[in-house]
Amino acid sequence: MQNYIKLIVLGLITFLALIGANYARDLAYLVNALTVALVAGGLFIWVLRNTDEPVQAVDLSGQYMDGVVRAGVIATCLWGVVGFLAGTFIAFQLAFPYLNFEWSQGYLNFGRLRPLHTSAVIFAFGGNALIATSFYVVQRTTAARLWGGNLAWFVFWGYQLVIVLAATGYLLGATQSKEYAEPEWYVDWWLTIVWLAYLAIFIGTLVKRREPHIYVANWFYLSFIITVAMLHVVNNLSIPVSMFGSKSVQVFSGVQDAMTQWWYGHNAVGFFLTAGFLGMMYYFVPKQAERPVYSYKLSIIHFWALIFLYIWAGPHHLHYTALPDWASTLGMVFSIVLWMPSWGGMINGLMTLSGAWDKLRTDPVIRMMVISLGFYGMSTFEGPMMSIRAVNSLSHYTDWTIGHVHSGALGWNGMITFGALYFLVPKLWNRERLFSLSMVSWHFWLATIGIILYAASMWVTGIMEGLMWREVDANGFLVNSFADTVAAKFPMYVVRGLGGVLYITGAIIMCYNLYMTVRRSPAVKSSHSAVPAE
Amino acid sequence: MDTYSLLRQFADSWMLLALFVFFIGVVIWVMRPGSSKTYTDVADIPFRNEHTPAPERGNTSEEDVKNG
Repeated sequence: MQNYIKLIVLGLITFLALIGANYARDLAYLVNALTVALVAGGLFIWVLRNTDEPVQAVDLSGQYMDGVVRAGVIATCLWGVVGFLAGTFIAFQLAFPYLNFEWSQGYLNFGRLRPLHTSAVIFAFGGNALIATSFYVVQRTTAARLWGGNLAWFVFWGYQLVIVLAATGYLLGATQSKEYAEPEWYVDWWLTIVWLAYLAIFIGTLVKRREPHIYVANWFYLSFIITVAMLHVVNNLSIPVSMFGSKSVQVFSGVQDAMTQWWYGHNAVGFFLTAGFLGMMYYFVPKQAERPVYSYKLSIIHFWALIFLYIWAGPHHLHYTALPDWASTLGMVFSIVLWMPSWGGMINGLMTLSGAWDKLRTDPVIRMMVISLGFYGMSTFEGPMMSIRAVNSLSHYTDWTIGHVHSGALGWNGMITFGALYFLVPKLWNRERLFSLSMVSWHFWLATIGIILYAASMWVTGIMEGLMWREVDANGFLVNSFADTVAAKFPMYVVRGLGGVLYITGAIIMCYNLYMTVRRSPAVKSSHSAVPAE
Repeated sequence: MDTYSLLRQFADSWMLLALFVFFIGVVIWVMRPGSSKTYTDVADIPFRNEHTPAPERGNTSEEDVKNG
């Protein structure tokens, strides 16, 4: 019976998508509508072929649902490489403008590829890592199978569809020009549905938990899911110009729109890239170090302090704009106070290793997690400093900001994700160990040196650029033209690009290592005998 | 008084106080007597039930029982 409803829904979606493609007013909408029609049509055939087949009822309640986590791990690796590649390419486009090829103007130039890069790394790489690890962690720490059965697969594939629609839309010119929220209205609607299903699965699993206490990692994951739902809906309030076109018009305008955008933008950093990844940290660091978190009390205070403060920090993106001074001061003050919980969390993670520091010598995976915490500490110190109005007047609109973002994204988010992937793959595919630890070391050093090249070159070029912009001569005239700063930045742009090359090389080594772990590593012999007594 | 001023006054006074009190309450709650024992136990959650779900609430999975 259920299959008949599915067939009706899928048939309708295919039909409507084809109508949409027929009346499409722009290329991006046409391609997206055809993609949707293709996916829904393919699913229709797949469901049809399985309809009225005998179904074997299997009781899975005694097992964790790990298939969707495995799929998430693979997607994380693939999207990671795509996102890093796009980033490295656009870094070289800035250094060598020739790479904005004449034949690809309007599709593969910097302006089109840049949102592709940011969305691919944040939402495709980071998002898949968050969804996969949250499904893994919530099951282990509640001792319950995921709630909702195949709804988890809907979330996984639905999210991949969001990524594909957004990415093809960007290249063909569909964007609402909001940083990190570029996808147009129909992609936003679809993401809302997928995200609410994700929230339902997470809360459903928490409700049927068999461990009476909700472990702290789940608090961070839950706050990430709820807050992102709220941010996404409010920041994407827009009216489509036509049902058959990708263009939409924002409901807010002027400074209200700017403030909503940066309330969204900074909390995307705060809750997507921080709270969610802290959930990862609170599970995988103790697991890899084989000892419980340093202070559970501190972790609770860390959680409440972080979510109470982060939500106010957005206005620091709008210093010296039409935003009222009190609002930007508020953002600045909360950003600085935020330093405390950030470092509290970092110390909690690092001190988890107290008494096991020797693991740093022997285990490159824990080394990766420790350096990710180091970069977390560094960028959460740099961020509050840059939010101070006087510092911001020098740093804003320069490459310093980009350097700051990348020390957080490559250092903290990237490294903790790599650590989690190295932990997860042997567990998920039932392997004794990783294929090669020396490859992990190679990855570690390539990534670390890559980030250092990136961050250092961006500090130099950012501060140089900021100083050149504000330099005035004795008569009060500006000394440098904008083109002068562009020319002066060339060497640092090349260094930045090389940093990206090192980083992506490390990621490719990781993908090979993980693939070989699944293919070649010996399987765990018996699930019981090898487990040490607790 | 227009809506903005009304809300702004509320945000500046009672709401600010409520949020602040809630946060202080959390800190005091975390430090309550006897909490250390509870938190030592729950900090070990990642090391239980790694391979299979627990049969019922409050119990650990069979595998953990078997291994003590």
